Amino acid sequence: MASVSFEQLKRSDSVSGPPSSGDYTLDRGFRAVAWASAALILVLVAYIVLEIGGKAMPAISQYGLGFLTTTEWNVQAERFGILPQIWGTLYSSLLALLLGGLFGIAIAIFLTQDFLPPRLAAVFRTIIELLAAIPSVVFGLWGIYVLIPLLRPVANWLHDVAGGIPFFSTSLSGPGLAPAALVLAIMILPTVASISVDALRQIPYKVKEAAYGMGTTRWEAILKVMLPTAASGILAALVLGFGRALGETMALAMLIGNSNQISLSLFAPANTLAALLASSFPEAGQVEIRALMYAALALLAITLIVNAVGLAVMKFATRKFEAER
Amino acid sequence: MHANPKMTAAGASTAPAPVGNGVVMDCQLQKVFYGDFLAVRDSSLPLEKNKITGFIGPSGCGKSTVLRSLNRMNDLIPAFRFEGKVTYHGQDIYDKKVDPVVVRRYIGMVFQQPNPFAMSIYDNVAFGLRLNGFKGNLDERVEKALQGAACWNEVKDKLKNSGLSLSGGQQQRLCIARAIATEPDVLLMDEPCSALDPIATRRVEELMVELKENYTIALVTHNMQQAMRVADTTAFFGVDISQGSRTGYLVEMGPTKKVFEEPEQQLTREYVRGEFS
Ligand SMILES: Nc1ncnc2c1ncn2[C@@H]1O[C@H](COP(=O)(O)OP(=O)(O)OP(=O)(O)O)[C@@H](O)[C@H]1O
Ligand SMILES: [Mg+2]
Repeated sequence: MASVSFEQLKRSDSVSGPPSSGDYTLDRGFRAVAWASAALILVLVAYIVLEIGGKAMPAISQYGLGFLTTTEWNVQAERFGILPQIWGTLYSSLLALLLGGLFGIAIAIFLTQDFLPPRLAAVFRTIIELLAAIPSVVFGLWGIYVLIPLLRPVANWLHDVAGGIPFFSTSLSGPGLAPAALVLAIMILPTVASISVDALRQIPYKVKEAAYGMGTTRWEAILKVMLPTAASGILAALVLGFGRALGETMALAMLIGNSNQISLSLFAPANTLAALLASSFPEAGQVEIRALMYAALALLAITLIVNAVGLAVMKFATRKFEAER
Repeated sequence: MHANPKMTAAGASTAPAPVGNGVVMDCQLQKVFYGDFLAVRDSSLPLEKNKITGFIGPSGCGKSTVLRSLNRMNDLIPAFRFEGKVTYHGQDIYDKKVDPVVVRRYIGMVFQQPNPFAMSIYDNVAFGLRLNGFKGNLDERVEKALQGAACWNEVKDKLKNSGLSLSGGQQQRLCIARAIATEPDVLLMDEPCSALDPIATRRVEELMVELKENYTIALVTHNMQQAMRVADTTAFFGVDISQGSRTGYLVEMGPTKKVFEEPEQQLTREYVRGEFS
């Protein structure tokens, strides 16, 4: 061992010495724990996919890919298709990402770029993180009793004035895409905001100095220097937020209207995969449960694909803006 | 914000015996605070056109502080407070009506630590040009700036790579290229060569000498030889510990040869001969 020959070179009064055998054991122990944890996660994901896949297998062989492209969910006739739910899941999550992402990043900028005194900014950060602690049922109730009544006159006015635009082509009678997406946006806001805040706070002071030193205004510094510098972190925030929106269940089941139709209209009721699962499982029989398992597998696949794409985009951004190290 | 001949003359008249083409910037600093801490006091520094003014002095004496007061960089620090006057072509840059953003467009800066942006090498150099709405041949100006900063040969094949992928010394030269690309009127350089090898250091020194044909340069350096090689005028700062605190002040300023060979102050003599710190 190398340390032996070093030992011999050592001056007798030197304090330097090799790590003790205890240090080495601890080191190996930590490494083993880290590896085990990582492996456990992989095993868990694989297990969940296999388990759901296994339960969905009968439905997969029975309905094939047509399950993903048809629109009927008829338990009596045993005809199942989840295109409307896939549409509703993606549409509501994209709307939420658009709104929540924009506001989340704006809030992160506001909290990190000297718009507020540091203490006040810390208070605001805590408040936003508290938003994440509100249970999803509460958001659902708030949506039903506060948001929908507030939204209805506005939505119906828009429908009256601009009903020709596909987005406003129906009126809002109660639950629907717009209230669902709005609540979803609020729910992903803390995720997007707090991860973006971290990304922006990590930018070293000297980068800010460099930007202002070139004679940028505050907005030029933020848009041209700070945001690109934090790009990979902000993208991570958006990916996580989108993932959260895709899987959100309770509030959506309460607000989206559980109607299996495909419409561009923001005010039409719709459905999502997670809401379908939540509302159908409790009373489902053998046959329907198999179909629901297939739907769950589809949701899992969508989430995994979104994360993979997000990772690829992040990697691209890191390569473009930061060093390849 | 541009030269007003009358006011330039007025600014020059308060400077101690200006020689050459007159004073572009005149810093009449009374007190500079970080919070309650008095960092620098009573220093008068005229920067002459087409000259390199070297700032020397022991660590912590406030060289960077003074330099960064010249383009209002220190405004970024909330606790910073400047008392006195800094005129640029006779215009007080600390005047309430003056926008520090505009000041920094004319008075460029190279920092003590390399700080390239997280973007490609090309975009780093083109940053200031684009910011100022430059309409000419961008490629040409980027190459010229990189040539000037002695790093063209090293980066010309990887202009699309991130500026952060370069070594520390290369990053610093990239930052110099970024600062000179817009050809600012005055260039403030805070130990620009502290991360460079002797060859690049020489190249940057040559660059400074070339640049002063058209610009005015203030250079902070710990390297006495460098000050002697490139500075026309040298300002020596010392630390006053008599008030129980460490406050920097200008001890002596004059032609470099005089400051190094026959300084007026005992403190300067000791410092340039390496007799203390
Ligand atoms: N941002 C700051 N906040 C508070 N005090 C500061 C700040 N920057 C500098 N100081 C203090 O001001 C004094 C002068 O610092 P300055 O950086 O100007 O020294 P310097 O001469 O450039 O030193 P060096 O040669 O080591 O770079 C020091 O005592 C330092 O502690
Ligand atoms: Mg310094």
